Amino acid sequence: MADVIRASGLVKTYGTVRALDGLDLAVPEGTILGVLGPNGAGKTTAVRILTTLIEPDAGQAFVAGLDVTKEPGKVREQLGLSGQYAAVDEYLTGYENLDMVGRLYGLGRRPAKVRARELLDQFRLADAGDRPVKTYSGGMRRRLDLAGALVAQPPVLFLDEPTTGLDPRSRTEMWDVIIDMVKGGTTLLLTTQYLEEADQLANNILVVDHGKAIAEGTADELKAQVGGERIEIVLSSSDDLGSAHGVLSGVVEGAVEVDDRARRLTAPVTHGASALMETLRRLDADNIALSDVALRRPTLDDVFLTLTGHMSEEPANGEAAKR
Amino acid sequence: MSATKAFNDGLVITKRNLIKIKRVPDLLVFSTMSPIMFILLFAYVFGSAIDVPGTSYREFLIPGIFAQTVIFVSTTTGAGLADDMQKGIIDRFRSLPMSRAAVLIGRTGSDVVNNILVIFIMSLTGYAVGWRIRSSVLDAIGGFLLLLLFAYAISWIMAWVGLMVPSVEVVNNAAFMVIFPLTFIANTFVPTNNFPGVLKDIANWNPVSSLTQACRNLFGNGSGAPVGDYWSLQHPVPYTLLWTALIVAVFVPLSVARYKKATSR
Repeated sequence: MADVIRASGLVKTYGTVRALDGLDLAVPEGTILGVLGPNGAGKTTAVRILTTLIEPDAGQAFVAGLDVTKEPGKVREQLGLSGQYAAVDEYLTGYENLDMVGRLYGLGRRPAKVRARELLDQFRLADAGDRPVKTYSGGMRRRLDLAGALVAQPPVLFLDEPTTGLDPRSRTEMWDVIIDMVKGGTTLLLTTQYLEEADQLANNILVVDHGKAIAEGTADELKAQVGGERIEIVLSSSDDLGSAHGVLSGVVEGAVEVDDRARRLTAPVTHGASALMETLRRLDADNIALSDVALRRPTLDDVFLTLTGHMSEEPANGEAAKR
Repeated sequence: MSATKAFNDGLVITKRNLIKIKRVPDLLVFSTMSPIMFILLFAYVFGSAIDVPGTSYREFLIPGIFAQTVIFVSTTTGAGLADDMQKGIIDRFRSLPMSRAAVLIGRTGSDVVNNILVIFIMSLTGYAVGWRIRSSVLDAIGGFLLLLLFAYAISWIMAWVGLMVPSVEVVNNAAFMVIFPLTFIANTFVPTNNFPGVLKDIANWNPVSSLTQACRNLFGNGSGAPVGDYWSLQHPVPYTLLWTALIVAVFVPLSVARYKKATSR
């Protein structure tokens, strides 16, 4: 399938900060790419270049086969953008916002009105549609902003951190809306700092850090890079840390990670279930009491830690101060 | 992008800005209250001490306040654009297949609507304190049009400022710093003939002075008042139009170029 979004060697510098440092990415038609990275990784800069808001210092980008720097006007007819900060006018009602965006996309007077009502229904905003956006909750604003990106039913969508700052319930609602939305075959690039979000929504995940792609693959492929399953045990008493470490080392092949304060030991294993049983038998024989035990697949947090050497939540240098 | 599309998109944005005025009427209340206050203060407080030969001070004053006020209202464009940048809605607009000039046309266009309202209210207030139009209807319409035209040009300067500076507060402060001297070092409130040396030249070549003088002539106010022997004041209408054209020629391209690079902050 053809790549609907394609970028190669994108570079963008702001003063001494290299926001993008040779980023490559490709999104095949009808798929979702999750661009995953911490604050300041260059996600927003990449989206801004792809949506023609800014020009790259170097590199090339194509959306729907059009060069974003050479034919920005035509590119804009193909895309919908929903940004990190809900770009809606808070003095207008939800309906008026969508109507305005429809008119600016070049819809006629009537079609713009009809489409606005349709989207309000679809995004569960019908009741609030005639209230000024000022009265909306954060989740409602985001949904309205997303609806704005969909007014002209563009074939390519960009969502820049669609759920950052939302409470868990609004986030799940947003996910439902996004999942519904892409059933129609829209090509979507979404950026996120949440590993769970990329895992839930994206077909393919691109991990970026310091303006560069550092890994790419499906969630499963990425997890495989960090090894298979993990045994995680939490001890009742920290006195047993030493002996439990000895037991675990005897069962598993990889290194055992120890978190002293949480009294937690974690180790990658290849044959999870049998290794877990063996571990438990030996711990029991040594009279080591446990408060919790789990066999779990690596989370994307493990992936991030392995790939970048820092946790995803940790803000990288530079960007944090900009906000 | 065709001119029709730019104009239509501009209308959509104008409508958006006017809805805001409807929802937050305080904005309009304050932008009309301050000129009313100015008229009353100058007419009754300063006016009692200022003597303009050959005319009543109130007749002399009102065209000056018109000029000052329409210029102040034009700062709305700058503040509005700075606000759009801060709130991020500029990203939405710039990602839409709309005319690059539409947001600016819409902003400056809503200033014109604002100014029509403000001029109307000031005219009523002026009438209440004794100001009268003593010329023909045609001349008077010419005077009002000239005010709107010059203010429209100023809106484009403010558009550029709004896109350059980081926040609404900065726009307001910057505008205040520039507009106050610009509208006071002029013949708006007092005749310039007693201004010292170089200040007198500045005041008389100031387009705010020529705008004021043009309005006085077109409304038939202060005909007996002294007018400086400067080309700008002897031919105030062409001189004001010249400035208007110059400002538009410089600041429309500057603002549009700036808008093309603007992203939310």
